[in-house]
Amino acid sequence: MNSYRHSVVLDVEKCTGCTSCVRRCPTEAIRVINGHAEINSDRCIDCGECIRVCQHNAKKAMCSKLEHYMHYKWKIALPAPSLFGQFNGLEDVDEVLQGLLDIGFDEVFEVAKAAELVSAYTRTYLKTEGIKKPVISSACPVISRLISLRFPYLKDNILPILPPMEIAAIEAKAKAKKEHPELSEKDIAVFFISPCAAKVSYIRNGFGDYKSHVDVVVALNEIYFQLIGAMKRKHTPTITSEAGMIGIGWASSGGESTAILNDSYLFADGIGNCMQVLESIENGNIPQLEFVELDACIGGCVGGVMTIENPFIAKTRLQAVRRYMPVSRNFVASDAGSVPADYFSNSLPAYTPISRLSDNIVESMRMMAQIQSLRETLPGIDCGACGSPTCRAYAEDVVRGVAGEDRRCVVLDRKKQIEKETQT
Amino acid sequence: MGEYLNFHYDVDGENFVSAGQASVELKKTLRRLGLPPETIRRLSIAMYEGEINMVIHAGGGEADVDIYEDKIVIVLKDHGPGIADIALAMQEGYSTATEGVRSLGFGAGMGLPNMKRYTDEMQIDSTVGEGTTVTMTVYLS
Ligand SMILES: Nc1ncnc2c1ncn2[C@@H]1O[C@H](COP(=O)(O)OP(=O)(O)OP(=O)(O)O)[C@@H](O)[C@H]1O
Ligand code: SF4
Ligand SMILES: [Mg+2]
Repeated sequence: MNSYRHSVVLDVEKCTGCTSCVRRCPTEAIRVINGHAEINSDRCIDCGECIRVCQHNAKKAMCSKLEHYMHYKWKIALPAPSLFGQFNGLEDVDEVLQGLLDIGFDEVFEVAKAAELVSAYTRTYLKTEGIKKPVISSACPVISRLISLRFPYLKDNILPILPPMEIAAIEAKAKAKKEHPELSEKDIAVFFISPCAAKVSYIRNGFGDYKSHVDVVVALNEIYFQLIGAMKRKHTPTITSEAGMIGIGWASSGGESTAILNDSYLFADGIGNCMQVLESIENGNIPQLEFVELDACIGGCVGGVMTIENPFIAKTRLQAVRRYMPVSRNFVASDAGSVPADYFSNSLPAYTPISRLSDNIVESMRMMAQIQSLRETLPGIDCGACGSPTCRAYAEDVVRGVAGEDRRCVVLDRKKQIEKETQT
Repeated sequence: MGEYLNFHYDVDGENFVSAGQASVELKKTLRRLGLPPETIRRLSIAMYEGEINMVIHAGGGEADVDIYEDKIVIVLKDHGPGIADIALAMQEGYSTATEGVRSLGFGAGMGLPNMKRYTDEMQIDSTVGEGTTVTMTVYLS
C-alpha cells in the first residue's frame, strides 16, 4: 500500500489511452491499463513530463484554490521567483508584490529572499572539510526524489540545506509572530505560489522525515489572472522587494550556480539531461566540481508546468527586471561558520529499490532469464500499444505478472495469426 | 530656495554581494516623498549604475543625494583608480569589468551611458590615482 499523495493526477474521463505519456515518463512509471493511463506512485517523481505531453489535458497538478483559504487572519504569500518572469513589460518586482497585497494577502515574503540565504550558506558549506563533492543542489524536489530512488549512492552529495521555499515559510511565520503577538499559531497561514507540481507533492507529503512549513499551495498559473487584474490599478507600491539579482536569478537554470561566486560548477536542465549528469557523477566521469545544479524543468523553474510563459521568454524578462536590483539583499558574513540548525536538513524519502524484481536473488535470476527469453520473441519496436513504454518493460511486466490479458503484444499476435493462416 | 534634504549613503566596496543597496534605499525615500514614478525610475537607475561602478571599479565610496524643491542632485565620490580617458569610458560597450562580475550580468559597458541618459546633467571629475566624482542632476518640473 502506498500513502504518498502525488500532485500529478489523471482525469480518467479525458484520457484516451494514447500512450504518449507512457513513452515520455523518465522513470517508466506509467502503463495504459484497461484503456487509460495509470501512474505507479512508487516510481513517480512528479516531474510533470506527462502533463506537458498529454494532448488531451488529462493530466494535471492538484493545487488549492485561494478563495477557500481566505478565512485565515494573517495570510502570507510566498511568491516563487519564477512568478516575476510572467509579466510583459514588468519593470519592478515591487509591482507584483503590491499586487499580492491588493488581492488579499496581508504580507509577502519573497522566496527569492530565502534563496539568497541559501546561496550564502551554500558558499559557507562548500568550505566545510570532509564533505562529499560535488555538492548537488537540494532545491528541485524532482531531483532529490530521483536521487533517493535511483542514485542512492549520491544522496550524501545533496546540499543539506532546506530549499528556499521552506526557509521562506519558517522565516515568514517567525516574523509574523514577532510583529503581531496578538496572532495565534492558527491565525497565520503561509501560501506558496508554486510553478511546479513537485513542490506541491513535497509540501503535502513532506520529504522523508521532514514536514513542510508551508500551509497552502496555490498554482502560479491560477493566481496569475487575479494578479494581472490587480496590477492594472497602477499605484505606487507601498512594499519594497527584499531580494536582489541572486535571489531572482534562482528562477532560471544557472542562477543558483552563479551565486556560489566560484566557477567550478555545472548546471543542467530538463529531466533527461539531469539523469545523464547524475549517471556521469555516479560513474565518476566528470571533472572535479564544487557544485552541481540540476533542474528537472527545461529552463529551470520558469519552465515549471504551472507557469504561464515560455521559459526562455520568462528568463529574458527576468534579466530585465534584475538589471537594476542589488546583487543580493540577504547574506551572511563569509566567516559565518556553519549552517543554522533550523535550515539544516538531510532528510530524504527512503530508498526503495524500485527496479528490483524480487527480494530473493534466486527468484530474481529466474525472472531475469524469463524476461530475456520473452524479449527475444518481442518485435523490439517499442510501439507502446501494449501499454508499456518499451518491449523490455512489457516483458518485465508480463513476468512480474502485472500485464493482464488486455495488454497483449499486437505485433506478436498478428504474426502468430499470419503463421496460422499460411499453415492452413 | 537654498533649503534641501540630504541623504548620505556609504557604499561598501568590500562586500560585492551587497552592491546596489543604496539605490533601493533611495527609491524608498523618493516614493515616500511622492515623486512621479518616471522620475523615481530615472534616479534609481542612475544611482544604481553609479553605485555599482564604485563597488566594482573603485573599491567603494560615498553617495550624497540632495533633494531640493526643483531638482535632485546625486554626488558619487570614490578614491579608486580614477578614469584615464573619460570620453572612452562614456562610450557604449566600453568596459574593463572582470570575468567574475560578468557572470552576474555586469560589464556591458552601459552604466555610464545610462547615467547620462537618465539624468539632465552629468559631470565626471576624475584624477588617475586619486579617484572619481560623478555629479548628476535631475530637474523636477
Ligand atoms: N568609479 C569608477 N572608477 C574607476 N573606473 C570607472 C568608474 N566608473 C566607471 N569606470 C570605468 O569606466 C568603464 C565604463 O563604465 P560603465 O559603467 O559604462 O560600464 P561597466 O561598469 O564596465 O559595465 P556595466 O555598467 O554595463 O555593468 C568601466 O569599465 C571602468 O573602466
Ligand atoms: S525545476 Fe523547478 S519548477 Fe521544475 S520541478 Fe524542479 S523545482 Fe519544480
Ligand atoms: Mg557600470
